[in-house]
Amino acid sequence: MIATGQPVSRSHRLRRRLRHGDVPFRLLAATFAFVVVALLVAIVGVAWDGSAAAREAFGLRFLTRTAWNPVAGEFGALPAIYGTIVSSAIALLLAAPPGIMIGIFLSDLSPARLRGPLSLMVELLAAIPSVVYGMWGIFVFIPFFRGAIAEPVSRALGDTVPFLAGPVTVGRGLLVAGIILAIMILPTIAAVSRDVLSVVPTHQREALLALGATRWEVIRHALLPYARAGIVGGMMLGLGRALGETMAATMVIGNTPRIDPSLFQPATTAASLIASQLPTTNTELHSSALVYLALVLFLITLLANSIARLLVWRVAGAAGGRR
Amino acid sequence: MFDTVANAASVRYRRRVWVNRLMLGLTIGSTAVALVPLVLILSYVVRQGVGALSVGFFTETFRPVTIGVAGGAGGVLHAIVGSALIVGAALLLATPLGVLAGIYLAEYRSGPAATVIRFCTDVLSAMPSIVVGVTAYVLIVQRTRQFSGLAGSIALAVLMVPVITRTTEEILQLVPQSMREAAAALGAPRWWTTLTVVLPAALGGIATGVLLAMARAAGETAPLLVTVLGNNQLTFDIFGPMQALPLLAYRYTEQPFAVLNEQAWGAALILVVLVLGTNILVRALTRRRAG
Amino acid sequence: MATTPPTAPAIRMPPTSEAHLVLEGLTLRYGARIAVAPTTLTIPRHRVTAIIGPSGAGKSTLLRALNRLHETVPGAGVDGRVLLDGEDIYGLGVDPILLRRRVGMVFQQPNPLLTRSIAENVSIGLELVGMPRRERAATVEWALRRAALWDEVRDRLDHPATSLSGGQQQRLCIARTLAVRPEVILMDEPASALDPIATSRIEDLIRELASEFTVVIVTHNMQQAARIADYTVFMTPNEDGAGEVVEAGPTEEIFTAPHNQRTEDYITGRFG
Repeated sequence: MIATGQPVSRSHRLRRRLRHGDVPFRLLAATFAFVVVALLVAIVGVAWDGSAAAREAFGLRFLTRTAWNPVAGEFGALPAIYGTIVSSAIALLLAAPPGIMIGIFLSDLSPARLRGPLSLMVELLAAIPSVVYGMWGIFVFIPFFRGAIAEPVSRALGDTVPFLAGPVTVGRGLLVAGIILAIMILPTIAAVSRDVLSVVPTHQREALLALGATRWEVIRHALLPYARAGIVGGMMLGLGRALGETMAATMVIGNTPRIDPSLFQPATTAASLIASQLPTTNTELHSSALVYLALVLFLITLLANSIARLLVWRVAGAAGGRR
Repeated sequence: MFDTVANAASVRYRRRVWVNRLMLGLTIGSTAVALVPLVLILSYVVRQGVGALSVGFFTETFRPVTIGVAGGAGGVLHAIVGSALIVGAALLLATPLGVLAGIYLAEYRSGPAATVIRFCTDVLSAMPSIVVGVTAYVLIVQRTRQFSGLAGSIALAVLMVPVITRTTEEILQLVPQSMREAAAALGAPRWWTTLTVVLPAALGGIATGVLLAMARAAGETAPLLVTVLGNNQLTFDIFGPMQALPLLAYRYTEQPFAVLNEQAWGAALILVVLVLGTNILVRALTRRRAG
Repeated sequence: MATTPPTAPAIRMPPTSEAHLVLEGLTLRYGARIAVAPTTLTIPRHRVTAIIGPSGAGKSTLLRALNRLHETVPGAGVDGRVLLDGEDIYGLGVDPILLRRRVGMVFQQPNPLLTRSIAENVSIGLELVGMPRRERAATVEWALRRAALWDEVRDRLDHPATSLSGGQQQRLCIARTLAVRPEVILMDEPASALDPIATSRIEDLIRELASEFTVVIVTHNMQQAARIADYTVFMTPNEDGAGEVVEAGPTEEIFTAPHNQRTEDYITGRFG
């Protein structure tokens, strides 16, 4: 670029001038990128700020208090946390085994022609808006569940097993919420399982095939151990989704902030308590307690998702540079 | 025959074959069972929803229902308008932000800044939508003492940004490095290359990402519940309470009137068609490009 | 080439009576593409038979058809017969699960199970058929000794298989194959990923195994075939791109007095 004495060509001059654009453009993109960071900081900050009154009033005891009485100004998060964790745990328990099996089928067993359409259908299950799940739960699933399962089971076993105690009244409750949530997180677990299983190198499969292993033995001894961390990660992602899911839970869990050992009784989750009460709060303490609850919910889901990403990343990373 | 499997071969071998069949059957069964709720829910939505569809459903607004009085059902025009305005505004807010952040991550991908941004995008995308709604509530509704469509738009935009950013980043990375190098070899500065070479090549992909984010946002209910509140009147005022389709579906479901329940299913049908249609469309488009 | 047109395939393998495997018109396809043209060949018992030829000649495909691994690739197709001790392995009612225990395989890349220990890698084939843990130990030691690995790993049998070097991993894979006591061992370029010293150890091992096992080895290294093989099969792609066997016979003859012009061109480095 030493052009001393030579007349600088027009195109060269243009190029030089354009090159000045590099720094501003990068700054522009960086600014917008950092707005994303700012958004996150703002959300946490606003939730921290908005929960000030409740944090001052209850401190960390908020997490262990069981009373939730807006009229008396009594707020404790334990029933909501209990309902959130129990309904999500039920969902995970119900969705994980079939979810992993679907992942296995899609990655290894399905005929190539069916793989695309089946994957699409499983993913569509994740795309249905959660309010529709809630509506289906109310109009179709709960009436069926109450008559065919909840009532007979609680009549037969309710006296001996406190988890199944009746009387079954409205039919809304923890177990129903757990089942609907299970349907909603099934695609997440299936899709992640499929993805981590399909990055298991072919040579690991063939090692076992060549020893005379059946297809299932290949899956059991080569694929699952290799992908285990990633599959657990998928389960944690599903758990994260269940923990934060609002509408379906709000509509089918019964919105009663108390702890009842029976899974047939109405309960609440953090998300559904917020959604059902925040628009109609009368006192600052009430809304502040709900914001505090949102903060707690955020931290719980953040924990689940961080573990999940770490685990999925470990498998994808170990599979070696295939992105 | 080829029975070389030790001496206990027959029994053990038969058991292995049986376990194999059982487990493979279970994977097929699980896949089939997963499709049952999909089919059940979709068929129910369609059956219930189609009954609600009429000209009035799309052209009228809420008409009060009284017990024992038969009357016109009214329609959901106000919710359609509300949804369109709220999601539209969210789209305007989220698209430039998400796309530029995605460009930054794809074009300047290494370094601690990119790592921090990527981490924040991940956290945002995993954040429960109700938490985002609560933030918008505290920030806007509490300050202005007014539920508003705009507060809902902002909440939805926050939910859309990570989706758009992620897709943009992924799509831009698919643009062959050789294209960038060819432009660089001609002496084009980097930003020029990005804007005139890389971005146009990736435009279709970015558009599908925006489309998917929009479809997802259109079905979101929870953040709207605490920001937009709901409104039975047709309004174009985005600074006041509005109605939206998912919100209406939720509220009408909780009503004891069959007419309103039916309209809730109508609204659900519109949402499902919108969301699933977008997903299938995007899938078809990306497949054609890849193939 | 113009003066001496390639002659017909020159097959001079031992008679069927000495064969362990007999290929009869074996044809292998991927979809509509023919990967290996009809092949008829005997593979002698307790000898090392090498398959050589340029890449794309269908050597690995042919090898993978001998334990029915070929068919696990989507779209793969097979015609013709492969007789193992006179019985068609593609016959009705033959379960590849059982066949593969008689015909073991060692791959190009050492592929120990990454999540298992050294001992578990050797015993996995026994675990599959339900041999009790206690009884496996003896076989593990036997197989590791046979694979000339025992002295190097005897003190760390419970270490992960990934802690071994590439050459050790390949011998571990050989031990794993030996542990199920197959009759035939197929080897797909088993030394191509290894350094010269590790390669030489594997070659010594292969020679030794021939006393007890029938070994079929694919290699693109002609010197290796000359060093270890009793018989050599030369394959090359024909005009349609399908691999075909051009010449097969005692290794010395193939390398010193090939009958076919194409074999000679390949051996002398004039083509490929």
